[in-house]
Amino acid sequence: MIRRVSIAVCFFIGLLLIWEGLFRLRIWSPVLLPSPVAVGAYLWEIACDGILWSAAAVTLRRIILGYGCGLMLGLPLGLLCSRLNFFRDTLGLIALGLQTLPSVCWVPLALLWFGQTESAMFFIVIMGSLWSVIIAINTGVRQVPPIYVRAARTMGSRGMHTWLKVFLPAALPFIVSGMKQGWAFAWRSLMAAEIYVTILTGFGLGHILHYGRELNAMEQVIGIMGVILVIGLLVDKLFFSPVESILHRRWGTGSAD
Amino acid sequence: METCVAEAPAKLSVHNIEKEFVLQGHKIHALEDIHLDIEEGEFVCLVGPSGCGKSTLLNIMAGLSKADRGDLRLDGNPIDHPGPHCLVMFQEHALFPWLNVLGNVLFGLKLKPHLSPKERLEVARYYLDLVGLSNFEKAYIHELSGGMRQRVALARALAPNPRVLLMDEPFAALDALTREQLYGDLQRIWMQRKKTIVFVTHNVREAVCLGDRVVLFSPRPGRIRQIYDVDLPRPRDINSINLAVHATEITTALKGYLKEAGAVAE
Ligand SMILES: Nc1ncnc2c1ncn2[C@@H]1O[C@H](COP(=O)(O)OP(=O)(O)O)[C@@H](O)[C@H]1O
Ligand SMILES: [Mg+2]
Repeated sequence: MIRRVSIAVCFFIGLLLIWEGLFRLRIWSPVLLPSPVAVGAYLWEIACDGILWSAAAVTLRRIILGYGCGLMLGLPLGLLCSRLNFFRDTLGLIALGLQTLPSVCWVPLALLWFGQTESAMFFIVIMGSLWSVIIAINTGVRQVPPIYVRAARTMGSRGMHTWLKVFLPAALPFIVSGMKQGWAFAWRSLMAAEIYVTILTGFGLGHILHYGRELNAMEQVIGIMGVILVIGLLVDKLFFSPVESILHRRWGTGSAD
Repeated sequence: METCVAEAPAKLSVHNIEKEFVLQGHKIHALEDIHLDIEEGEFVCLVGPSGCGKSTLLNIMAGLSKADRGDLRLDGNPIDHPGPHCLVMFQEHALFPWLNVLGNVLFGLKLKPHLSPKERLEVARYYLDLVGLSNFEKAYIHELSGGMRQRVALARALAPNPRVLLMDEPFAALDALTREQLYGDLQRIWMQRKKTIVFVTHNVREAVCLGDRVVLFSPRPGRIRQIYDVDLPRPRDINSINLAVHATEITTALKGYLKEAGAVAE
C-alpha cells in the first residue's frame, strides 16, 4: 500500500517537473501554457478568498441532488426493466439509445424548457446519469444465476422476500458498478451544464472554468480542471473503491487489493 | 434439540408422470409413464445416463416444474409448488456468496416463522456440526473447497427439516477422495436422521453405495426400466467387492437397454 502510494506520488511529482521544464523551454507562449507555479498560486488565492470553497459547495450540492435523483429513479426503473419484458422492450430501449447521447446534447432543450435556472442543471444531470443506471441495474439483475432463485424458492422464499434477499444482494456488484458509471456520467453532465448554462443562482466550478476561458486566464482553466479531476478521483477512491473491494472479497470475484 | 427431531418422514408417490419438452421444434419425451412409491425414511437412487429425465423428475418432485400428466403426492397431498417440505441439493452448490456459511444455513430457517432466533441459531449450528463444519461458520463460500461447499449445501437443505431431501448429482463435480468421504458422511447422517432421500446420479456404483433401492432409467423416452433392492449392510464402502458385484449387474442391464434403444453406451 505504502509502496503504491509512493509510486503514485513520485509519478505526479515527475509530471509536474516535466510540465515546469516545458514551461521554461518557452516552446509555447505562457498565455497558452502557464507554469504549475502560476496554477498553484491561482488555486491558493481562490482558496484563501473562499471562491474555491463556495464554488465547490454549489457544484457538490447540484451533483448530490441530481445524481441522487438519477439513482432514485434509475434503481426502480432498472428493476422493472429486468423483471418485466414489457419495460425492457420499451423503457430499456429508450435507455439504451439515450445513454449514448452525450449530455451536452441536452443543454439546448434544458434551456428552452427551464431557462437559465437550477432546474435546467438538474435536468441535464439526471438525463446524463439516469439511463446508464437503468441499464446497469437491468443487466445486473438479469445476470443473477437462476439457480439462486430456484434454491430460494424451494426453501419457501416468495415475492418480496425473493426480491430483497436474493435478487438484490445477488445483483449488488452490478448495481454498484452501475452506480459508479452513473456517477461518472452525472459528473460530466454537470460540468457540461455549468459551462454552457450561465445562471446567477450560484457559481459552480464549471462557471469559473468558463470565465477563465473568457478572460484568457489559462492558470484558472487548468487549476479548476485539476480541482474537478481531484473531486472525481476522491469520490471514486473514498466511496466506490472501498465498497467494490468489500464486494469482491465476499463474492470472491476479481482481485481485492 | 426438539426442533431437529424429524416429524413423521414422508411417503412420496409418483403415478403415471409424463413430461414432454419441445427443443428446436423437436418433441422430447423426457418422462414416460413413471410409477414410483417411496417409503418413509427410504434412500432411493435414480440412476441412468444423462438425458434420461432424472433431473426433470426431481424438479417435478420439488414442485419447481409441472408434469404434463400424472399424479404426485407427498403423504397423500399433491405437490404443486416448491417449498420447504421438499428441499433440493443441486449439482452446483447454489449457495449464496453474499452470506457466510452460517447465513446460508440460516436462510431457510428464517423462513420458518414458528422458530425463535435462538432456536434457528441452535438448529443451524447443529447441522453445521453434523456435516463437520462447526469451525467454518464465518467463512464465505468462495473460501471453501468444493467438498466443503457441498457439505454446507447439505446442512442448508437439512436444517429446515424437509420431509423429503432431493439430491441432483450433488457430488458429480468433486474429486474421488472427497466424494468417498461424503458417501460416508451422507450415510451416517441418513442413518442418524432417518430422512427420506431421493438421490439422482449417473454413477451406478454411487447409487449402489447409497441406496436402499436403485431405480434404473433409460433414455428416449425417459422411463423406469427396473428397480433393484440393495440389502448390503451399512455403512457401505464404495470400493467393496460385494458392492462391485451389484453394480456390475446393474451396469450390464443398463447397457442392454441402451443397445436396445440404439444409443451408444457410455
Ligand atoms: N427446460 C428444458 N427445455 C427443453 N428440453 C429439456 C429441458 N429440460 C430438460 N430437457 C430435455 O429433457 C431430457 C431429460 O433431461 P434431464 O432431466 O436433465 O436428464 P438427466 O438429468 O437425466 O441428465 C433431455 O433430453 C433434455 O434435453
Ligand atoms: Mg441431470
